Amino acid sequence: MKVAAAPRTLAPPERRTARVTAVERLGAYVLVSALDADGPRDPQPGQFYMVSAAERWGGGADERPYLPRAFSHARAREGELSFLLETVGPGTARLAELREGEGLHLLGPLGLGWRPPREGTQAVLVGGGIGAAPLLCLQDELGLEAPVLLGFRSAAHAQAAALFAGSPAVATDDGSAGRQALVTDLLREQLDRDPAATVFSCGPPAMLEAVRLLCAELGVPAQLALESGMACGFGACFGCVVPTTGGYLRLCVDGPVLDAAQLDMPGALRPGISGGPGGVSPRVA
Amino acid sequence: MTVELCGVRLDGPVLNGSGTFDAIAARRAFGDALLDRFPFHAFVSKTITLAPREGNPPPRLWETPAGLINSIGLPNKGLEGFLALDLPELAELPVPLIVSVMGFSLDELATLVQRTGEREEVALIELNVSCPNVETGLIMGADPVETARAVERVRPLTDRPLIVKLTPNATDPAAVGRAAEEAGADALSLVNTLKGMALDPRTAQPWLGGTTGGVSGPAIRAIALEQVSAVARAVGVPVIGMGGIASGRHAADFLSAGASCVAVGTESFRDPAAGRRIAAELAELQPA
Repeated sequence: MKVAAAPRTLAPPERRTARVTAVERLGAYVLVSALDADGPRDPQPGQFYMVSAAERWGGGADERPYLPRAFSHARAREGELSFLLETVGPGTARLAELREGEGLHLLGPLGLGWRPPREGTQAVLVGGGIGAAPLLCLQDELGLEAPVLLGFRSAAHAQAAALFAGSPAVATDDGSAGRQALVTDLLREQLDRDPAATVFSCGPPAMLEAVRLLCAELGVPAQLALESGMACGFGACFGCVVPTTGGYLRLCVDGPVLDAAQLDMPGALRPGISGGPGGVSPRVA
Repeated sequence: MTVELCGVRLDGPVLNGSGTFDAIAARRAFGDALLDRFPFHAFVSKTITLAPREGNPPPRLWETPAGLINSIGLPNKGLEGFLALDLPELAELPVPLIVSVMGFSLDELATLVQRTGEREEVALIELNVSCPNVETGLIMGADPVETARAVERVRPLTDRPLIVKLTPNATDPAAVGRAAEEAGADALSLVNTLKGMALDPRTAQPWLGGTTGGVSGPAIRAIALEQVSAVARAVGVPVIGMGGIASGRHAADFLSAGASCVAVGTESFRDPAAGRRIAAELAELQPA
């Protein structure tokens, strides 16, 4: 188990420029890879980066983007970082247009990533849509024993499942790939088979709430990677708070991975506030 | 490029805007490299209030063309929490410390100024007057008389230099600045954010949990520059100019308009080292 007990790799205190090495279409998603020559080689799974294009960042729809966008890295290998994204606004649209050789501004790695599974339990990885991203590098650390359960809208989105090693279980809303089911249906079956588990989950708010409720019902510990609209990523703007049992927490410095027990309250997980790939709210992306 | 601000020597003229940089959280993210390459020549704390505040319900942010609306609501540990927990950490920063305070009444403001001014770690005190006085219902900083009353009340309570942070949401910021100067302010800083609002496109209801917020970033730079110019012409005390500064050229403009120092706010959200870059660009433009 290589996931660190204190899963925070420090970031250099300035924005730097990485070089885009590849932009791959994966059905509905885009995987942008960049060589982060000046950054730390050991970001923790579940941490995130503030990302923007070095050129032409601005001037899109509504004369945006202006601020960088937060993304958990999907992969980190020998200085090459990969980010999985979906075009939902002017920022992600610009990032999806990047070409090999272009500059990518990065700040990070930021935040607290995944913690180790509870002792004596099997890690189970549960992703929804683009929330699969921070589970990829977690799988790289944990290995193939950890079951991977993924939910997507359709087959076009489910192409992201091919990034995982082994054979992840896939559910889609429309049945066009894998089973027509919710990923939480797969999770219930998995936990019925082996309840000695720790769940690691990232996805949209409604899915995370369903995962949280199911794990609470079964007494299974869960770690949830949330997202929230975020201006800075390092605790300066106080914009990314989520309500927790301990009051508002800044997701950027106290998350984005939180224990499900911290979210045991109504309204903690709702659209526009949290959920998704440790990134920004689609409303501002 | 050494600067003297109200008798306090700074290694340069670039500060942070209050509430736009949390040096304690940034040190968690960046470690002590933050101290080795600290982005500002003086550090302005987030505004502290007498009682602890949780801040506004989310969502708290909305991106605008070349800017941002925030509705944060001044979350802070309160005076006692600040003095006990935050001040010792802020004292480790390699630059002078300016503490920003806000009172919802003159009594509250007086307590805040007196208690922070007693601490040797505090070099200057900034009065954030962009809040309603609960006794009169008026926004202190929007009215010259209210502002003067606040400054007169706290002036005798500390020997620390007092900076009054002006709001741009006033009919005549220069008149407020003059009133603050006459009441004993040692410096003025401006602009605070401009009041703004965004609607959720799905519901046509206010997006921000606090309903309205403050607009910052390059979107407001031209407005800020005019206000800094108007206030600097109206007063004799030093002016700290801010509002959308993102380059050395912008900083030079504010200095040319009459500011003695500048502050960087929203640009630090895009790059925590923005203050250092801006200071370096400014030094290139204005050789010593």
